[in-house]
Amino acid sequence: MAEYTIKVRRFQPESGEGPYWEEFNVDLDPSLSVLDGLLQAKDKEDGSLAVRCSCRAAICGSCGMKINGQSGLGCKTQIGEAQEQANKMKGATGVTAAEASSPIGAQAPEAQDAVRATGQVEAGPGTTAVTTATEAPIVIEPMGNMPVIKDLITDMESTHWTKIRRVTPWLLPHGEPPEREYIVEPESMIDITQSMACIQCGACVSSCLSMEADPGFIGPAALAKAYRFVGDPRDAETQERLHDLAEDPHGIYDCTHCFSCIDACPKGVAPMDQIMRLRRKAGEEGIEDPNAGHAHEVAFVKVIEKKGLLDEALLVQESYAPGIKGKLKPSKRGLTETIKSLPTILRPLRKRKVKLRQAIPGLHHGLPKEEMNDVKSIYEHAEEHNEELNLYIRGEEGDDAQPDGAAAEEVTNG
Amino acid sequence: MPSHDVLVIGAGLAGQRAALAAAEEGVSVGIISKVHPVRSHSNAAQGGINAALNPGDSWESHAFDTIKGSDYLGDQDAVEIMTREAPEEILHLEHLGVTFHRNEEGKLGTRAFGGASAARTYYVADITGQAIMHVLYEQLMKYSEQIARYEEWFCSSLALDENGECCGVVTRNVADGQMELFQAKSVILCTGGNGQVWRPTTNALICTGDGIAMAYRAGAKLMDMEMIQYHPTTLAGKGFLITEGARGEGAHLLNANGERFMEKYAPNKMELASRDVVSRAEQTEINEGRGFPDGTVALDITVVPKKRVHEALREIVLVGRDFAGVDITREPIHIKPGNHYTMGGVKTDVDGRTDIPGLYSAGETACVSVHGGNRLGANSLLDTLIFGKRSGKDAAARAKRTDYARPSKQVLEEEENLIADIVGREKGSGRRISEIKLELGQTMDGKVAVFRDEAGITEALEIVRRLKEEAKTAYIDDHGSVFNQDLIAAIELGYMLDNAECTCVAALERKESRGAQYRTDYPERNDEEWLKHIDLERTDDGPELSYSEVTITQWEPQERTY
Repeated sequence: MAEYTIKVRRFQPESGEGPYWEEFNVDLDPSLSVLDGLLQAKDKEDGSLAVRCSCRAAICGSCGMKINGQSGLGCKTQIGEAQEQANKMKGATGVTAAEASSPIGAQAPEAQDAVRATGQVEAGPGTTAVTTATEAPIVIEPMGNMPVIKDLITDMESTHWTKIRRVTPWLLPHGEPPEREYIVEPESMIDITQSMACIQCGACVSSCLSMEADPGFIGPAALAKAYRFVGDPRDAETQERLHDLAEDPHGIYDCTHCFSCIDACPKGVAPMDQIMRLRRKAGEEGIEDPNAGHAHEVAFVKVIEKKGLLDEALLVQESYAPGIKGKLKPSKRGLTETIKSLPTILRPLRKRKVKLRQAIPGLHHGLPKEEMNDVKSIYEHAEEHNEELNLYIRGEEGDDAQPDGAAAEEVTNG
Repeated sequence: MPSHDVLVIGAGLAGQRAALAAAEEGVSVGIISKVHPVRSHSNAAQGGINAALNPGDSWESHAFDTIKGSDYLGDQDAVEIMTREAPEEILHLEHLGVTFHRNEEGKLGTRAFGGASAARTYYVADITGQAIMHVLYEQLMKYSEQIARYEEWFCSSLALDENGECCGVVTRNVADGQMELFQAKSVILCTGGNGQVWRPTTNALICTGDGIAMAYRAGAKLMDMEMIQYHPTTLAGKGFLITEGARGEGAHLLNANGERFMEKYAPNKMELASRDVVSRAEQTEINEGRGFPDGTVALDITVVPKKRVHEALREIVLVGRDFAGVDITREPIHIKPGNHYTMGGVKTDVDGRTDIPGLYSAGETACVSVHGGNRLGANSLLDTLIFGKRSGKDAAARAKRTDYARPSKQVLEEEENLIADIVGREKGSGRRISEIKLELGQTMDGKVAVFRDEAGITEALEIVRRLKEEAKTAYIDDHGSVFNQDLIAAIELGYMLDNAECTCVAALERKESRGAQYRTDYPERNDEEWLKHIDLERTDDGPELSYSEVTITQWEPQERTY
């Protein structure tokens, strides 16, 4: 048993007051969860402390919240670890996660400021608000990107679920079903099981930086759900789905690759990976990508494979006019697009941050031949380990095929 | 007043399946759930779902295994229906989009499970319940015009008309505290089991026996309430579940001396004997000093190939890592028997009909009975789906031939008064709700668990009855309307205490050992006197006992060995 101070961002909608911080002292084994800590506070001190929870075992997806600023499940975060993290954050930055957190309390920002200004906490009746000198409090807040209803309870319906329904979240097979089961590749089912593992907790949505900038973004959870159908060989509307998700300005190209959702996801769904798979499939479908993202990716891979170093000018033209096979010479359409991008390059040229030869496609030097062998072996390795993004196939710490644990470094889960 | 032809209470697998089946019949359907449907506890079913679908398998074999598993307390007509309809249901789910595991030919693949004479468990890794439930929820979203969803609405009592027929329910919108009387021609209770009556339990915090208690209070009969399953592999302390699929994949059970002790108790089926048998074996090892100091034995999954673990037992890898700090691919994990499943419940026929006209029940809330004294692994999902579907259909048929009766406002007023009373109690006027829950859970786990005797059960019953009195003055802190979880917990406590009382009374009554009921003072099965169900009906002085016949079609009771 150990003592912890949890500092909860509370909001009681019927009180007429804005959000405020309240600290609770709890006493439990470090291996128990942050949710256990909250429930102890609720059971013993204040039954009005509101938090959705049910299974306590990271399968129902009820208790999404931010712990020390990081989105996740309360039941899956051990309180001892949360304490270490809180201490580390304070040690590194001099402020607690509560002080660093962005205000969500639009209801009454002044109340929020009041707490932040004094750095003190208005303890509720019957609460002892004591933070020991050495231990930083564990800071608990409701999820982000969603309106708060009460304490840690957010309105998932108007955000998360509305977005889920946006992606036509049910199977659309054509024709009558077969007499028995659909016969499909065994791997295809394992492949989409990773997105089926999603428990709709909203942690990824809470952490999504793109959604912070564009609340209309369909978002990581709904797009991972979409992949579950796009990747399902029984679904007959793959093309329609891909066009729909690609052509929506808030769709698959709205993701900025920040990895937050992968860190936040408690189930290893890796929503961003699923979004990237959707993009790849859209690219394979020949769907034009407003960012030329898929073509850019292909061009990037090709340019590095050819030269070992990044020829950025060539990358631009290759992204818009792919098809250079052996020689890596500028094509006509590529040149037009490159010229269009001239304003972007002129300033750095004028400021001498870029040399002229770097701005002309194909002129950038490559790696010496002997070093190109190393590049080649990296490509070969990547080729051989094509499927390893999927946790159901690969496992988390490297499976038998990779006894050296190389895979563990490639994908990590928070 | 919101009205629906068919109103389903609870939105786990049974409830969602019932709603879809009713909607298919063309009636208007409402589904009410105290949590968002995908939070329901069907999620937790990891291992799979049984069906005799392989060419070499037969429904008779599945039925026999189920009946033997039930220690011959299952009603054989109901078991026949469930096992006959199982293959079609699996295919139906597959067609809806469930991502069932495939064999190398791309067809549905199976795994082995406890108490079964063939590998007939269909699965999605070890998230089968979750995978099926999320697919059914997809269908609810698809058919949102036919099925109205009331997500985060709490039901507190049933409304009967002057003829004693069920005609509605009293509900509370959790989000704003608004109380509402719903009107319906048929009501289906699918609120899951009562695992929270025990502590620890594998069950979620929401499993508080709501439907069982509501039906009981309305006058419906309960059956087999003494039959409470202890699952053989749960984590000590927290009670988290380690799927039977682990043993299905070949994992061993070891005592502290490293002995594979199941050799002594079930030399043929070993770790895959039925759950009551394995749980008793483990508890015997622990009680006789061959367990670990933390009161456990070990489950060794390291014998299962790693690749297979990642593919088929990934959830267990996570449970081991996150909740026990153990890498199950490298070392054994400590486990013990823990409360898991309510075999008993609201007495129904094979179409989900209870004693009260218009009131139906399905899933863990109901007792048809297909599980009798002990449920086989991977039969619970099947039960929810088959009897969910059947009650949805029958409830729709009833709705088509009856008119709405107007539920009396009185039941709503009574409920509002009760809530006003709870909210109005002064702090310190009695005990805290959480204290009473803890005492209840520990009492039941201590005295009405794997091994039981008269003295222990009697003591438990006395404590439960005292707690019922104490609950009347227990106070809460939250006096608001929005998400008043404190208030809901107080109402749930009442449900739990009714469930506990019924279990104690029935466990005391059954003076024999059968399935999950093992009486150390009556250690033998006694078919002559006790091959019958114990039924319970509410009176002001507690549950009144009666008996009903076990239906036997073609399988005469035999001695049960594994």
